[in-house]
Amino acid sequence: MIAFLTRRLVWVVLTLWIVFTISFVLMRSVPGTPWQDERNLPPEVEAELREQYRLEISFENYWSVLGDCLSGDLGPSYRLLDFRVAEIIAQGLPKSALLGVVALAFAVLIGVTAGAVAAARRGHFLDTLLMSGANLGISLPNFVIAGVLVVIVCFRWQLLPPAGWGGLRELLLPAFCLGAPFAASIARLTRTGVLEVLSQDYIRTAHAKGVHPRVVVSRHALRLALLPVVSFLGPATAGILTGSLVIERIFAIPGIGSHFVQAALSRDYTLSMGVVLLYTLLVSLMNLFVDISYRVLDPRVRAW
Amino acid sequence: MVAASGKSLTQLAVRHLRRRRSALLAFVAISTMTVAALLTPLLPLERPDRTQTDLAYSAPTIPTGFWVAGLSDDDVSLQKLWPWDRGMIHLRQAIFGDNVLPPLMGRDGLGRCLMSRLLWGARMSLAVGFFAAAVSLLIGVTYGAVSGYVGGRVDNAMMRAVDIFYGIPFIFVVIFLITVLKGRAAGAEDVAGLNSFVFFVVVALIYWLTMARVVRGQVVSLREHEFVTAAQSLGATTVEILWRHIRPNLISIVIVYLTLTIPRVMLFEAFLSFLGLGVEAPDVSWGVLIREAFDVLNPVQVLWWLVFWPSLFLAVTLSCLNHLGDCMRDAFDPRTVT
Repeated sequence: MIAFLTRRLVWVVLTLWIVFTISFVLMRSVPGTPWQDERNLPPEVEAELREQYRLEISFENYWSVLGDCLSGDLGPSYRLLDFRVAEIIAQGLPKSALLGVVALAFAVLIGVTAGAVAAARRGHFLDTLLMSGANLGISLPNFVIAGVLVVIVCFRWQLLPPAGWGGLRELLLPAFCLGAPFAASIARLTRTGVLEVLSQDYIRTAHAKGVHPRVVVSRHALRLALLPVVSFLGPATAGILTGSLVIERIFAIPGIGSHFVQAALSRDYTLSMGVVLLYTLLVSLMNLFVDISYRVLDPRVRAW
Repeated sequence: MVAASGKSLTQLAVRHLRRRRSALLAFVAISTMTVAALLTPLLPLERPDRTQTDLAYSAPTIPTGFWVAGLSDDDVSLQKLWPWDRGMIHLRQAIFGDNVLPPLMGRDGLGRCLMSRLLWGARMSLAVGFFAAAVSLLIGVTYGAVSGYVGGRVDNAMMRAVDIFYGIPFIFVVIFLITVLKGRAAGAEDVAGLNSFVFFVVVALIYWLTMARVVRGQVVSLREHEFVTAAQSLGATTVEILWRHIRPNLISIVIVYLTLTIPRVMLFEAFLSFLGLGVEAPDVSWGVLIREAFDVLNPVQVLWWLVFWPSLFLAVTLSCLNHLGDCMRDAFDPRTVT
C-alpha cells in the first residue's frame, strides 16, 4: 500500500510539473505585457520590467519561478493592487470549495436515488421519465440550466436571489445548476450498474431467502453498483471546477473561478499560474482518493 | 432444414436502430438541423447582423402577415462569404426578392432578428462540432491504433502519456492557448477568420484522448486474431495490416464514439463562447447568443426569448446526438443485439 501511494504521489508531482512547464511557456509566448493597457512605457523601462518580473522564456527564469512555486511563494498578483496570489486564493477558495462540495453532494444524492429507482422500475414509465431527464441533463450546459432557472425561480416566482453570496439561499441555486449535469451522469451510471448487479447469483439468493425487494436494491445491489459512480467522481471533480468558472460568473460569486478567466485574459501571470496549479493538484488528489476508495469498496481489487 | 442466413454485425445494428423509434426520431431531428444550417443562406431571413435599434427587444409575436419587406443584401458584405453561400444568397434573392419572414422569435438588443441569428449560429456550432470531432477522430484513431498494435514498451509509454493528459484540467491550458494564439493572430489581416480557425484547432486537440483509449483497447484484442497472423505470414507490412485489416473492424466503435464526441465538443464550444473566449463577432454561435442573453438578463424586463430559443436549439440538438450515440452503442454491442 505504501508503494502504491508513493508511486501515485510521484505521478501527481509529475503532472504538476508538466502543467507548470506548459503554462510557463504558454503564458510567456503571448505578445504584450501585463501592463500594456496603460500608457506606453518607454522601451527601456519595459525591458527593465520584463527582466524584473521574469517575463522572458529562459532557463534561468524557468528555474527561478519554479523554485519560488516549490517554496510555496506564488508571488504578488501583477494586476490586483496590493494582493499576493496566496491571499486571493485564501479568500476565494473557501467559497469555491463550499460551492463545489455542495454541488457534488447534490449530484451524488439526486443521481444515485434517480438511478436506483429507475433500475428498480426498469421499463416502466418512471424509468423512461427519469432516464429522459438524465439524457437532457447530460446534454445541457450548466449555464443554460442556470439561465432558465434564474428566469423562472428568481424573476417569475421570486423565490431565491439571482446573484450574490452569503447565506444558504444564495448557495442553493448555483450549487444545483453546477451539480445537475453530473447528477444526470451519475443517474445513468447507477442505473447501468444496478441492472448489471441485479442479474447476479447472490441477488437471486437474497430474493430467494425472502428479503424485501427494496432492501435487495438498497443494501445488496447498490454497494457493488456504485463502483462506476465512485470512479466517475474524479472526472466529475474536474468538471465541477471547470463549470464553476461559468457559474461563479453568472451568480456573481467571489470565488477563484471568476478570477481565473480574468487573470488569463489580462496576463496576470502569477495569479493564473497559482490557480492552474491549485486546480491540477485538486483534480490529481481527487483521482488518487477515488483509486483508494475503489480498493476499499471492491473486495476483488486488493492488489495494492 | 433451413440454412441459417448469416447477418453481419452492421446489418444487425442497422436493423436494431430502425426498430427504435426514438433513435430514428433523433436521427431525423439532427439531419433536419444540419440541412437547415447548410441551406440557411437560401432561407428568406433577415441578415443576422442587420441592426434596427428602434425595434430593439421586440418580443416574439404572432405575425399578422407572412412577408415583411426587408433590405436587400449589399454586395460589399457578401464578398466576405464563401462563394457557395454567396451563390445561395443570390438564388434566394432571385426567388423571394427582398421579402423576408417576420422575426417569429423576437429581436435582440440591437434589433437583430433572433431567428436568423439562430440559424446562422447553427452553422458555426455544428461546424465546430463536426470539424473538431473529425480531427480528434484522426488523432485518436492513429494514436490508439499505433499504440495498441506496436504494443510493449511503446504502448506502455504512449498510454502513460494519455493517463497524464487525463489528469490535467485541460480547460485552463486551453484558455491560455487561446489567449496566446489570438494574441498572435491580432496582427494578421483576416483576424476573425483566423480566430475561428485557431478555435477549431484548439478544441479538436483535446478530445482525442477517449478515442485513443477505446481504439487501443479494440486493437489490442484484434491483434491476437488469426487473420492478422495470416496477413503477417503473407508478408503484409504494419501499415497495410493496420489499414486493410484492422481499420474495417474499428469502424463501428469509432462511429459510436464520434457521435458521442460531437455533442461534447459542441458543449465545449458553447462554454468557451459563453466565457468570451470562443467564437467572436461578427460570427455567431449558440454559445454567443446565450451569453448575449445573459448580459441583458434583468428582473425588470424579462427578455425570456433571448434565453429560451438558443437554449432550446442547443438542448434539442445535443440530446438528440447523445441519444443517437447511446442507441448506436447498444446496437453495435453484440451482447444486446439478438
